[in-house]
Amino acid sequence: MQKIDLLIIGGGPAGLAAAISAKKAGVENLLILERDAILGGILQQCIHNGFGLQIFSEELTGPEYAARYIAEAKEMEIPYLCNTMVIDITSKKHVTAVSKEQGVLFFEAKAIMLAMGCRERSRGALAIPGARPSGIYSAGTAQRFINLEGFLPGREVVILGSGDIGLIMARRMTYEGCKVKACVEIMPYSSGLTRNIVQCLDDYDIPLLLNHTVIDIKGKERLERVTIAEVDENRKPKPETATEIACDTLLLSVGLIPENELSLLAGISLSPVTGGPVVTGQLETTVPGIFAAGNVLHVHDLVDFVSAEAEAAGANAAAYIKGGADFSGKQVPVLDGTSVLGCVPQFLSYAQEMPPVQIMFRPTGVFEKKRICVWFDEVPVLASRIHRVLAPGEMAAIELPSALFADHPAPAFVKISLEEASFHV
Amino acid sequence: MSNTRLLTCINCPLGCQLSVTYDDTQILSITGNQCARGKSYAADELYHPTRTVTCVVPVTGRAKPLPVKTTAPVPKDKIFDCLSAIRCVEVSPPIQLGETILANVCNTGIDVIATSPLE
Repeated sequence: MQKIDLLIIGGGPAGLAAAISAKKAGVENLLILERDAILGGILQQCIHNGFGLQIFSEELTGPEYAARYIAEAKEMEIPYLCNTMVIDITSKKHVTAVSKEQGVLFFEAKAIMLAMGCRERSRGALAIPGARPSGIYSAGTAQRFINLEGFLPGREVVILGSGDIGLIMARRMTYEGCKVKACVEIMPYSSGLTRNIVQCLDDYDIPLLLNHTVIDIKGKERLERVTIAEVDENRKPKPETATEIACDTLLLSVGLIPENELSLLAGISLSPVTGGPVVTGQLETTVPGIFAAGNVLHVHDLVDFVSAEAEAAGANAAAYIKGGADFSGKQVPVLDGTSVLGCVPQFLSYAQEMPPVQIMFRPTGVFEKKRICVWFDEVPVLASRIHRVLAPGEMAAIELPSALFADHPAPAFVKISLEEASFHV
Repeated sequence: MSNTRLLTCINCPLGCQLSVTYDDTQILSITGNQCARGKSYAADELYHPTRTVTCVVPVTGRAKPLPVKTTAPVPKDKIFDCLSAIRCVEVSPPIQLGETILANVCNTGIDVIATSPLE
C-alpha cells in the first residue's frame, strides 16, 4: 500500500496539466497512472492540426501539443506509470491498479484527480439494425488503427455522424487512398466546426447528407452495403426514401461519453446532462478530495480549455491537500436556463469573498446575436456582450466576477440563460 | 469573362455563405460576408487556395508510424502529389520532434517535419 498525496488517473492533456499545476503549488508526493503505453492521451492519435490556438497562439498537431506538456512534466520530475490501469476507487480514496510488469498496486490517496477522458458511443447504443459483419468501427478506433497502429481499416467508406471526429476521418481516409462515399447526419445541421466541413468534406466533394441516418447493414462476413434513409422532424426514418450505398467500412461518429465507471465505484454523483461528475466551483466532486477535469467532467471541443480547466483543478487539489482550504460554504445550485444545457460547475460553494468563477455550458441550438445572462434567483445580475453566434458544437463560457458575490447575498440558485441583444440587467 | 461561386468562410463560427463573382484577376462583387475578412478569405480561396497537410510515414521495424506535417500550407492542387511523395519516405529512429523528414516537398519550398519524437 503506497501513500500518495495526489493520485492522477489519466496521463492525457487533463492529467498532465493538473499534475503540473499541483506540483507548482507545492505537492511533491504525486503520481500519474496512465493505462496506455505512452502519455498524451487521445492527442497522440490526433495527428491533424488546429490545437493550441488559444493557449500557445500557435496551430499545433495533437502530438505536438501533448509533447509540450509531457516535456514540462518530465522536466518537473513528476512521477508517472504507463501501462497501468486503475480498476477501482473507493469513497475513502483507496485506489487499485494493475499492470503487466508490477501486478496489482494499492494506493491510499489524500486527493484524487479524475482525468480519464471519454469514450465513443457504439452501434449497440444506437441499436442500428442489420447484420453484424466486420468493417464497422467507431471513428476514433479507425483513427487509432491508421495513426498509431499502421493498419487501414477498409477502402470504401460511409461515415455516420458529422461531428468533428467523423469529419476528420473523412479527410484522413481520403488521404490514405480510400473512397469516402458519404457523411450521413441525422440532424438538420452538423455539430462539427465549419472549418472541418469545408476542409474535410467540401474539399474532396464528399456529400454531407443532413436529415439522414443508417437504417440497415448488410454483409455476411464483411460489410457490403448500408441502407440510408431521410428522417422526418421527429428523427424517424421515412422508409420510402431508403437507398443503398455499397461500402466495406462504416465509421460511427455519433457521440462522446465521459468515462466514469471508476467515479461510480467511488460513489460520486454524476450529472445526467453532462454524463460527468457533479462538481463545485473548485471542480471537487461529491466525494471530498476527489476532483475532476477534462473530458471526464464534460466533453470539450478545444483541448486548450481542457488544459485551463485541469490547471485550476490541480491548484484546488493542492489547496485541499495542504489543508485550510475551506470549500464547504453554502452550496448554491447552478441551473440551465433558456437555451442553455449542461452548466459546469453544477454547484457554487458560496462565500462573500470568492475568486471569479467560470461557468461553461452548451447552447441548445444555433443562435445569432445573443447575450449570456446570469440570474441570482429570478433577478438578472449580469449580461454579457452580444455574441455574434453561439452553436451547440462550441462550448461557451461566462465568468462571474468576485464583485458579483460581494455585492449580493447568497441566492437560492444561480441560473444561466441566453437572451436577446436588447436584454439589460 | 466572369464566374460566380459559392464559398463558406471559415474565419469564425458564423460560417457565412459567400456568393462571389470574379474574373481572372480580381473579385468583382461579393455578398453574404458579415465582415471584411470574408472578402480576403474569398480572394485567397479563389486565386491561391492552400492547405496544411498532415499524415504519417512508416517507420522501419515498427508498427507505429511517425506523424508528420508540412511546415506551411501547400497549394491545394498539390495535396495528393505531396502525399505520394511523403509516402515514399521511410524513417528510422531516433527522430527529434520537428526534424525535417522531407525537404521542399514537390518543389513547393515547404518542408515536411516530424510532429512527434521517435526514440
